[in-house]
Amino acid sequence: MSAPLLRVENLGIEFGPADAPVKAVDGVSFAMAAGETLAVVGESGSGKSVTALALTRLLATPPARYVSGAIQFQGREVMTMPAPELRALRGKQIAYIFQEPSSSLNPVFTIGYQIREAIEQHRPEVRDVRGEIVRALDLVGIRDAATRLGDYPHQLSGGMQQRVMIAMALACQPNLLVADEPTTALDVTIQKQIMDLLRELKSKTNMAILLITHNFGLVSDFADRVVVMFRGKIVESGPTAEVLRHPQHPYTRALIECVPKLGQKQRRLKVIDYAGIN
Amino acid sequence: MTTYILRRLLLVIPTLFGITLLTFLLIRLAPGNAALIKGQTGENGGHAMTAEVREQTIKLYGLDKDPLTAYGDWLVKLAHLDFGQSLVDHRPVLTKIRERIGLSVSLTGSALVLSYLIAVPVGIAAALRRGQRTDRMISFVVFLLYSIPTFVAALVLILLVAGGDYLNLLPMYGANSIDASEMSGPAWAWDRIKHMILPVICLTYGSLASISRYTRVSMLEVLGQDFLRTARAKGLSERRVIFSQALRNALIPIVTVFAMELPALIGGTIIVEEIFTLPGMGQLVFQSIEARDQFVIMGVVTISAFVTLFGYLMADILYVLVDPRIRFE
Ligand SMILES: Nc1ncnc2c1ncn2[C@@H]1O[C@H](COP(=O)(O)OP(=O)(O)OP(=O)(O)O)[C@@H](O)[C@H]1O
Ligand SMILES: [Mg+2]
Repeated sequence: MSAPLLRVENLGIEFGPADAPVKAVDGVSFAMAAGETLAVVGESGSGKSVTALALTRLLATPPARYVSGAIQFQGREVMTMPAPELRALRGKQIAYIFQEPSSSLNPVFTIGYQIREAIEQHRPEVRDVRGEIVRALDLVGIRDAATRLGDYPHQLSGGMQQRVMIAMALACQPNLLVADEPTTALDVTIQKQIMDLLRELKSKTNMAILLITHNFGLVSDFADRVVVMFRGKIVESGPTAEVLRHPQHPYTRALIECVPKLGQKQRRLKVIDYAGIN
Repeated sequence: MTTYILRRLLLVIPTLFGITLLTFLLIRLAPGNAALIKGQTGENGGHAMTAEVREQTIKLYGLDKDPLTAYGDWLVKLAHLDFGQSLVDHRPVLTKIRERIGLSVSLTGSALVLSYLIAVPVGIAAALRRGQRTDRMISFVVFLLYSIPTFVAALVLILLVAGGDYLNLLPMYGANSIDASEMSGPAWAWDRIKHMILPVICLTYGSLASISRYTRVSMLEVLGQDFLRTARAKGLSERRVIFSQALRNALIPIVTVFAMELPALIGGTIIVEEIFTLPGMGQLVFQSIEARDQFVIMGVVTISAFVTLFGYLMADILYVLVDPRIRFE
């Protein structure tokens, strides 16, 4: 394998009092190649979001503490990066979309302005900023983009808001898109539209995607590889098909069984038996 | 929006009724009346009024009527925009108010602007250093200031910087120096400003507590919002995240706070103008209360009440204008 796009080594992040810390992320290591799609799967509270935010040191310290680890992006160490370089990384190299589009957009600025901020921050060479914003909105399938620039977030539906978030993230053509449960807050039909959009964008660009989800159903046809997190640790990783077919860890097995099969009569929801794990 | 404003304006009317009726009754129930007080001071060449003259005066002023009838009379006149005459010097109330309102408006206006200019940055600083020493210091100082009565602050300031005992930097009283009429335009303006500094300070310091607290709370609430994480994730500098994004959100509730400050400010002018001998509405109302000059008091109260209620309406309209999420249809 050539030099990876991203390499995370022994990442450790804690919250809470130093004498009784909550180890949100505990010795996590993984790597991503350019253009690769990696899914991070795990139940609520397993440390997925904390890991994702740490990639550009977005966690506020305090309450968070980076206790160990190294994060290399394109060979540069993020953990010790000075603030200006870090800002150049955020949005330009690594862009984010979050779970709740409605609270992730600032309600008192127009969507056009919020995309403009990203473009002006990272692409000062762009002359026709407005045209660029329209193009970004077009790309994510917002019709009549030119007339929507002046809309405020609350004037859009949740699905549209998430499209705006994606447009904003892609406006600076990042090498890595971190999508933290991008569809959890949306209803099922919109979920599918957004995932289809991400798939389409992935094929158009050579962008790597880190997809965070607790839904194995989304993973199978989307991700090249899967990482399974459990209580702050990676308990299993490998190519998607392999992990799905031969899950090694009991927790992974339980997660996979949680996914209701399409076209199959829904069984009683399987409850994860924690006693059997660890 | 227009219907909303109209509806709110209609609500102003009953409120004004309530305020004026209450004031009227309070004046009438207070011991003494204009005729009695005039009689005591012996205004007519130093002699006290005879009982006969006093009776005539009472009748003339309508002070013998029962309070509700008198209030009715006053309302009828008011409907014709007639505020009546002063019982002291017999000049129209409206004329007296017109002469004095400018000074009071500039006093309260300056105090309001100054409190915002000081309190908003102070509130933001407190929010950004939440729980730290700066935050605790700020809250200690603003609440200390809040608890100092205006007249104490005024007297201390006069003693320290205007009395001549320690520092003689600023004039002690009046809106202008005695020779102001001979001054050139800029010199006159500078003279006026010097006379206004202490009164404006006295009106301002009490508002700092509430406005800075509101700003702090509002800012803290915004600082925890997800969209700031988005702003940081875009690569915006921390300064932009705070002062462009967060501040805009935090200021929305603050723009309406001025309406809540208005009653305190208007009340404050009564004491401040009296202490600093400023010929404004506050002094007018102070003197009128002493003389039981009821129509002047009623005039000032009516106008102050209207200004306050109008302030609340303005605040609501402003809120709609600055917050894109709220629209009245
Ligand atoms: N701001 C915080 N303060 C204290 N603890 C935190 C904070 N953020 C996260 N944690 C801790 O870190 C752990 C991991 O949280 P994280 O948000 O990464 O979970 P997640 O896997 O993303 O879950 P979800 O699926 O619910 O989004 C949580 O259990 C929580 O205890
Ligand atoms: Mg999460």
